[in-house]
Amino acid sequence: MIWDWAFAFEILPVLARAAIVSIEATLIGFALAASLGLVLAVVRIAVPWTGWTISVLVELIRSTPLLIQIFFLYFVFPKFGVVLDAFTAGVLAIGIHYAAYCSEVYRAGFDNIHRGQWEASVALNLSAWTTFRDIIIPQAIPPIVPALGNYLVALFKETPLLSAIAVLELMQTAKIIGSETFRYTEPMTLVGLFFLAMSLVSAALIRSLEGLLNRRTMR
Amino acid sequence: MGIRTLLAMLVVALVVIGALATQESYKVFMPGLLQGAVLTIEIAILGSLLAIVMGVLAALARMYGPAPLRWLATVYVEIFRGTSALVQLFWLFFVLPQFGVTLNAFLVAVLALGLNVGAYGSEVVRGAIQSVARGQWEACTALNMSRPQMLRRIILPQAFVAMIPPWGNLFIELLKSTALVSLITLSDLAFKAQQMNQNTFKTIPIFTLVLLMYLAMSLVVTIGMRLLERRASLGLARGKAA
Repeated sequence: MIWDWAFAFEILPVLARAAIVSIEATLIGFALAASLGLVLAVVRIAVPWTGWTISVLVELIRSTPLLIQIFFLYFVFPKFGVVLDAFTAGVLAIGIHYAAYCSEVYRAGFDNIHRGQWEASVALNLSAWTTFRDIIIPQAIPPIVPALGNYLVALFKETPLLSAIAVLELMQTAKIIGSETFRYTEPMTLVGLFFLAMSLVSAALIRSLEGLLNRRTMR
Repeated sequence: MGIRTLLAMLVVALVVIGALATQESYKVFMPGLLQGAVLTIEIAILGSLLAIVMGVLAALARMYGPAPLRWLATVYVEIFRGTSALVQLFWLFFVLPQFGVTLNAFLVAVLALGLNVGAYGSEVVRGAIQSVARGQWEACTALNMSRPQMLRRIILPQAFVAMIPPWGNLFIELLKSTALVSLITLSDLAFKAQQMNQNTFKTIPIFTLVLLMYLAMSLVVTIGMRLLERRASLGLARGKAA
């Protein structure tokens, strides 16, 4: 028998519990990516000589595999005396990886702000901090929310990589069920269906959010 | 980032790799890492070829195919974009044998990564074809061209230029996701890194070297695509230049 419904229903609660870990990793990872990405983008503009360093850093992070970065944090940091548990190391790696992508999105948002807005801020003698907080960020963020949303979905789809350092998320749990019962069809397919469902729902949400934001900013 | 900066980064990466590789204490694991890198490059190249084929086929099927073909292509794109590359890799590796289809790990790797990136690629192809100005289509109609003629002579050459940068990004994504194949027992660069790490415990030099090797491979792809883009756009007066 290729597909066993009884077995599928039996493992469903176990997988559902593991899905919570995947979602936790996504939310913490994305919070890190979104905030660190913003910091990188702001520092690049506000602090004169950092532009080049940050672009090389972003290029380095975007050009190397996330899996190796996860291994790097998990295996190399202990050699410097920083021992991270698997979940922390994995989420940190995912967060930093996506911060590099997010910083480019923020940068595009800042680039789209009219030059006159910056000049007006200088003319009004606003500090760099006030300019960003009150003038630039409120105008730059809403148009890029959908792009950030896409990275949230992409980040979510990377969480199975955490199984490589034995974090008990969805994929790792499915692998354990598979190796214990010698049935891979149901757990692997259910994991695939779960990701598919989450992706389709979030894609629909992002699309409606995009429509909402477009309507708000249309003048 | 400019092409000069990228070239400078590549040269620095290669010099550092070379300087490290010739050190006596690195001789233990360097041959293994190079073997792994060769497998990584093989999978990346074959996967990219499959991705291009799937991307073009799926895009054309969705835009011009009859209804059943259109649905099939849509289902393919949604499934492969909606789930993780790792899930797809594991599904093909563990579940397919239960349906009586047993593929070796190398074939599974090329298939999974090629199909995954091909699904994203089909959106790139579709977007590029749609981005060709409406006037071009209308002119073709006015000249009484057939649909294949329009596509081949007028639309695709222009769409091709618009496709190069996003395809470059996808090739980088594919190259990076080859690291996943280490999890289905293929001894690629990522697998060799872990193996050498367990054998020698020289964690810092090994993972630094491996990151630099992936960086060098990515930079070669980026620089190659930039050059191709420059060449392809020569004949076309695009955007501001027009």
